[in-house]
Amino acid sequence: MSAPPVLIPHASGTNRDLEAAQAIELAGGAPTIAHVNELRSGTVKISDHAAILLPGGFSYGDALGAGGRLALELRTWFADELAAAADAGTPMLGICNGFQVLVKAGLLPGPIDAPRSVTLTENAEGRFECRWVTLRVEPSCRSGWLGAVGGTTIRCPIAHGEGRVAVSDDATAARLEDGMVAFRYLADGPAPTSDTPVAAGGVYPANPNGSVNDIAGICDDAGNVVGLMPHPEDHVLAWQRPSGPEGGSGLPLFEAFVAAAR
Amino acid sequence: MTVRIDVTAPDDPRGAHVVANAPLVGVAGLTACRLTRVHHVDGALSPADIERLCAEVLVDPVVDEAVIDGVTPAQGRVVEVALMPGATDPEARELERAAANLGLPEIRVVTARRYDLIGELSDTDVATLTRRLLANDTIEISAEGELPAEFAGAAEADVRVDDVALADLSDDELLRLSKDRVLSLDLTEMRTIQAHFAGERRPPTDAELETLAQTWSEHCVHKTFRAKIDLTHTAADGTVTQSHHDGLLPALREVTEELNPPWLRSAFVDDAGIVAFDDEYDVAFKVETHNHPSALEPFGGANTGVGGVVRDVIGVSARPIACTDVLCFGPADLPDSELPTGVLHPRRIRDGVVAGIGDYGNKLGLPTVNGSVLYDEGYVGNPLVYCGALGILPHGSHPTEPQVGDRIISLGGRVGRDGIHGATFSSAGMDASTVDHVGSAVQIGDPITEKGLIEVIERARDAQLYNAITDCGAGGFSSSVGEMGEDLGVDVDLAVVPLKYPGLQPWEIWISEAQERIVIAVPPAKLDELQALCDAWDVELTDLGHFTGDQRLVVRHGDTGVVDMPMAFLHDGIPRQELSGAWTDPAPTEVRAPDPSAQHVLRLLAHPNVASKEDIIRRYDHEVRGGTVVRPYVGPHADGPADAAVLKPLGTSGTTAVVLSNGICPAVGRHDPFAMALLALDEAVRNLVAVGGDPDQVAVLDNFCWGDPTKADRLGSLVRAVQGCTEGARRYRMPFISGKDSLFNEFDGKAIPGTLLISALGLVPDLHRAVDSAGMAPGDDLWLVGQHQGALGGSLASDEFSLGATEVPTPLADPLPVYRAVHHAIAAGLITAAHDCSDGGVAVAVAEMAVAARQGVSVIVPVDGLDPFTALVNEAPGRFVLASKPADRDAVAAALGEHARHLGEVTGSDRIVYRVPDNEIGDGIERLGLDLIDLSLADAVTANTEGAMP
Repeated sequence: MSAPPVLIPHASGTNRDLEAAQAIELAGGAPTIAHVNELRSGTVKISDHAAILLPGGFSYGDALGAGGRLALELRTWFADELAAAADAGTPMLGICNGFQVLVKAGLLPGPIDAPRSVTLTENAEGRFECRWVTLRVEPSCRSGWLGAVGGTTIRCPIAHGEGRVAVSDDATAARLEDGMVAFRYLADGPAPTSDTPVAAGGVYPANPNGSVNDIAGICDDAGNVVGLMPHPEDHVLAWQRPSGPEGGSGLPLFEAFVAAAR
Repeated sequence: MTVRIDVTAPDDPRGAHVVANAPLVGVAGLTACRLTRVHHVDGALSPADIERLCAEVLVDPVVDEAVIDGVTPAQGRVVEVALMPGATDPEARELERAAANLGLPEIRVVTARRYDLIGELSDTDVATLTRRLLANDTIEISAEGELPAEFAGAAEADVRVDDVALADLSDDELLRLSKDRVLSLDLTEMRTIQAHFAGERRPPTDAELETLAQTWSEHCVHKTFRAKIDLTHTAADGTVTQSHHDGLLPALREVTEELNPPWLRSAFVDDAGIVAFDDEYDVAFKVETHNHPSALEPFGGANTGVGGVVRDVIGVSARPIACTDVLCFGPADLPDSELPTGVLHPRRIRDGVVAGIGDYGNKLGLPTVNGSVLYDEGYVGNPLVYCGALGILPHGSHPTEPQVGDRIISLGGRVGRDGIHGATFSSAGMDASTVDHVGSAVQIGDPITEKGLIEVIERARDAQLYNAITDCGAGGFSSSVGEMGEDLGVDVDLAVVPLKYPGLQPWEIWISEAQERIVIAVPPAKLDELQALCDAWDVELTDLGHFTGDQRLVVRHGDTGVVDMPMAFLHDGIPRQELSGAWTDPAPTEVRAPDPSAQHVLRLLAHPNVASKEDIIRRYDHEVRGGTVVRPYVGPHADGPADAAVLKPLGTSGTTAVVLSNGICPAVGRHDPFAMALLALDEAVRNLVAVGGDPDQVAVLDNFCWGDPTKADRLGSLVRAVQGCTEGARRYRMPFISGKDSLFNEFDGKAIPGTLLISALGLVPDLHRAVDSAGMAPGDDLWLVGQHQGALGGSLASDEFSLGATEVPTPLADPLPVYRAVHHAIAAGLITAAHDCSDGGVAVAVAEMAVAARQGVSVIVPVDGLDPFTALVNEAPGRFVLASKPADRDAVAAALGEHARHLGEVTGSDRIVYRVPDNEIGDGIERLGLDLIDLSLADAVTANTEGAMP
């Protein structure tokens, strides 16, 4: 079985691209890290790839709000290619800064031309924070490729300052709850003790940033574009896990992503 | 046309931080604070263009409110704060680029922050909030009400080279010139320069004088560490010993050369020390200090401290992979009345430093994994900020030989006036007027530019595009180009250097430091390939000139001559100093130990130097690069402090991991700087071994922060500490591979306590066998490794309970056997949890393990002839508390042999119980150990995690 080519775009300030590439490789994919300049010049083509992973970091220093300028570049430079990829059902995954970029670019929750109704903004604590959290892949999520791991639990770190999912109104929150919530923070962040997952209920630090309805990640209408704030790519090997319960690897998520790209 | 665009996020939680901090600076009436981002946009934009810019970039409709072409109606007292004109302003720069993305006409942008302060506030309150919370006038301008926009002009240099008349100056005039120009040169050095140019029959140019001052600065040339020193050491019994020291740095190097282990790759010769990691890779380690800048502008000082040390590691062709930091501040609860004029409050310094470290490390994508925070009154006027960086490089991939004809290529950030005199400013003491003189020495960091350098240098190294590399540290081009061209000579044109803003004179361009700049020597045939690489990664490349082979330093600005000096005078002309130091050991005191109680243990757990620093650590990304094996905080609640960090570098194979640790004990140094060095080394090694590190392959770094070395007592203690380092390197068989001295850490003539940081770098043979302090389970045995000592000088208990002890623990004479035994037990998988005994002794070590694991424990602490209190809290070196499974009891006893004694068990209850053996009480009464202290685990958790008595 050949390894599907997965594009990992790099903008100045991107920094979790190498771990993302490691996770894709372990999941059976063939990652290519390409600078946005190389995509723009055509040295590397988006259309040559079966999946796109936007990694974490601080693109352009996040000086215009997290992910703001890279989102603008995607909208102004790569709108057609991204639209074509979306139409073809190409799986896209945005992690942390990549999630912020997808949201600011309008790809999440979409459609791209709609006024922005969901955003990622300053953590409720008002500061950057790094800690391990527990997530559930929402079984009710409409994302086809995520369905393979629906209902599973992932333990992995967050590392962000602007990760609070906020919505413009109740209607938007209701729209997300209709199958577009992909990941939710669970209670007992550091050490889940119960077999029945309990959502964090907005309680810090299980919900580390004050996200509405404990939302850690969402998908678009069609379900092929998915984004989340935590970093499953930092838990794909058993030794990466801190002391606590077994399991919770992020690798199955990447395996599902790569499988959808085959 | 300039348009003002105000953007406010009404829910921005950072406003609440201002409100929460107001009472701490004495302002009671602030009830709310609203933050607004202000943008002054200058350009030929139509209203539709502005609307587009706002919709696409500036205004998030979900959370923001905007006022376009107007001013936000005041909701309270308004304060606006902006960076000084010309300073690096990433938001403005990115907005300008965003307009270009959108195809809009070219714009120029300046930004500001606006605070609407709501509540009952007097004029004084507003002024206090502005000065102490909202703005720092070292780098910012502020005003009540709206600030007008100040746009910097075109970035052209002011091509003016002035001669400095030296020939007829008297000694007093020479010294005044040195002080006025922040040269930090002493009279002998000024006279040497005067004589040199008398021989040349011309005055020096301003740039030549500045070049000499940078190159001859304490910061760059380590004058004190190369000086000839006479030491008078008076022991406590009055015995006087005279000794002569022919250079402190040579003494440190000598031990390294003597030990010269096969895994040592490079020591002292480069920007960072290098040791072997495995057959394929080497690792590079460097720790720097950024004390004075952090005192004036904590965020920027610490920010560029990280940037500077990471740049050091790039300077040995390594890819940076982790950061460390050790911070020393005045007490966070220092009353305002005790704060000297011209000093920021320790709390503000701490918060700014922590934010600055997090900002830079996080944005570089480097995990900040190891460190410590110390509070002591000695650091009120002069905090210490030690920043470390670890890097990795393929073995043999770091080229160090520039060739005649190679181009001198500068990569990275543009040159501004911030960063001028960093080297000389750090080579003098501070007082209340310092900020007026050398505010320009504080730089503004730009991590994203440095991130680009990391990517480009790694690729350029692998493609062998350069013959030599050096970082553009203190002294800017003058140091980097001057050092790199020492053997060959250089010819440089400053007219091609990209500037941040106008008005810089050639000497300023030549000496201004930037964290984000590297100079490499590139064969002309490889320049095109390098340029293509830089274009792909958004890194600016400047071709400054070439290596000539004539052994002269020639600098011009277009047709204007700037510098023309022989390299020999620049590098070898500095006269060697001759100094005298004196040290007197304090007389021993009689210490009355109290009867130990639960309150004693709780107070030690809640002491600021022991209590959890989790609030700080969580602001640093310690997970990025996915290689963190042992994290800064461990246990089921991730709140038990780890002894050291273990990292598996991304991309390396096998099971070998790196371990980073540190040791620092300035409280010991107050009484005995010689012992401090050995005990700091012991602490670093203990920490390293406690997580699984191999004591037989450890490299160490020294970092000396001291007061004015021209004063005999400061110099005396410094020499004693260096003697301790060389003795320690021999006893532990651990070579020093790099170091740093930061002297003149004084405020108003008051020196900091001489502070030595030992940073250790080692290997864990199998990362799966790494342990932490929390891995134990109910039923596990607890063991005590090592022997108590009765001396309490420099201990946490002596400080907390005002015992006045001056006699410090005796360093271990033969430390390796105990460390090897512990390492072998851990490497054999026999140990479930390990923690070193450090601040607060066995009492705190046991309690910290119980807190980290959330497990009750019961221990019987041997007293070895001491009183029970001293047995519990003494800080003798070479000790650990270990845990093991009951089934392994015999194997552990055999592995540790004479080094360990059974201490107790993990009980699984909710108590921490300390007993002493009944046969050691000596009153003849039969009992199963005497209950000394019975402490609730919950109380210990509260004391330790919240730093407050339960």
